[in-house]
Amino acid sequence: MSMPEVAVIDYGMGNLLSVRRGLEHCGATVTVTADPSAILSASRVVLPGVGAFGDGMAELRRHGLDAVVREVVTRGTPLLGICLGMQMLLDESEEFGTTAGLGLIPGRVIPVPSVTTDGSPQKIPHIGWNMLILPPGQEDWKDSLLGRVMLGDAVYFVHSFMANPTDPRHRIADCLYGGVRVSAAIGRGNVLGCQFHPEKSGKVGLNVLKRFLDS
Amino acid sequence: MRNVRLIARLDIKGPNLIKGVHLEGLRVIGSPNEHAVRYYHQGVDELIYMDCVASLYGRNSLGDIIQAAAMDVFVPMTVGGGIRSVEDAASLLRCGADKVAVNTAAVSRPALITEIAKRFGRQCMVLSVEAKQVGLDRWEVYTDNGREHTGLDVCDWVKRAVELGAGEILLTSVDREGTRKGFDVALVRLVTQQVTVPVIASGGMGKPEDLIDVIRHGKADAVAMADILHYGRATVGDVRRAAQAASIDVRSYEYA
Repeated sequence: MSMPEVAVIDYGMGNLLSVRRGLEHCGATVTVTADPSAILSASRVVLPGVGAFGDGMAELRRHGLDAVVREVVTRGTPLLGICLGMQMLLDESEEFGTTAGLGLIPGRVIPVPSVTTDGSPQKIPHIGWNMLILPPGQEDWKDSLLGRVMLGDAVYFVHSFMANPTDPRHRIADCLYGGVRVSAAIGRGNVLGCQFHPEKSGKVGLNVLKRFLDS
Repeated sequence: MRNVRLIARLDIKGPNLIKGVHLEGLRVIGSPNEHAVRYYHQGVDELIYMDCVASLYGRNSLGDIIQAAAMDVFVPMTVGGGIRSVEDAASLLRCGADKVAVNTAAVSRPALITEIAKRFGRQCMVLSVEAKQVGLDRWEVYTDNGREHTGLDVCDWVKRAVELGAGEILLTSVDREGTRKGFDVALVRLVTQQVTVPVIASGGMGKPEDLIDVIRHGKADAVAMADILHYGRATVGDVRRAAQAASIDVRSYEYA
């Protein structure tokens, strides 16, 4: 099989070197680009992102890339949103007022609660390594983006807002932060997302990227 | 309780990984990248690079070292030494760093803390504090690798820096640094009582068990390890096992 050709969408939000290197390390040929034709001709597309939801959506629209991402999904090309890129897959976000997202997975983006389930204050943002666990009602994640990841493996998070998909079947994995369930990975058909940074999550994270390249 | 992070600290001078005692008397250890890759494969949670002569520009600059590390190392990296502006920070982040650590420039111009936090987020802005004990329960802030005293009290400074936007504190005990005598637990406890942001204890780790006290009693969120790893007295795995044996939560890591 030839190396998958991956387009990493460059819309001016965050450092893309590590995402690029992570994918290359897993055997992909990577183009970091804002060019619609390069994005549409790739066999896999990654939507990265660090920063605020409103800024991210505004930059995507300014480059006409929101329509391109939807077209990627319509064509059946696997799409992986990372961190802010995952949050933008949802319908809307509460970050700095309500902002519309890409609407590819039903649900909202809400703040990570600043109190734990037992009422003590919680440090925000949620930063650090946290364990992946199964969402309620899920038996396993063998056939998902996390197919190569073991239950309880830890990955690296940095975020203040979290995705809350409406349909529990779209939740692939959660983590617990102060007892609160945080959506860590989501998926609906060829639309995939992870809140954690696979490119900063060591060998576990690279296994997520490998699985995405094999999907 | 959150997982305690095990961090490898690499002090850099020019192209070399170096190590000193009390941040002085620097000795060359070897290639930063060889060590970074080794610690990554041992399962380290993060890396911290500190350039002690702040060779931010020119050949073999810190940016080049970070860029080389980003090729093979897939854990978060913090970089410090000589950062004087938002542009300096931006250029290191473009090289693959995730956070920047600022000491000297923040002391001389505290607004830099706010500028970096606003541009890249608080989680990106690490305040590096070099502390020397100057009295019973009193520590003073030093800059320029423990050479210049500032007259600032450590407690006052960390509280102010957090208000200005520091998202994390790298707390180095100049008295313990490179001595292998264990962490300055009293210093760490004092600082963790003052602030709500994570505190990384640095300086003095001589054996894996040294982390137990600084986490249990110092309440450190993370420990920085340097010559214990550089001279091969322990691996990251040894430290992880020592933590687990003491019932301290650390990231599970089955790949070593």
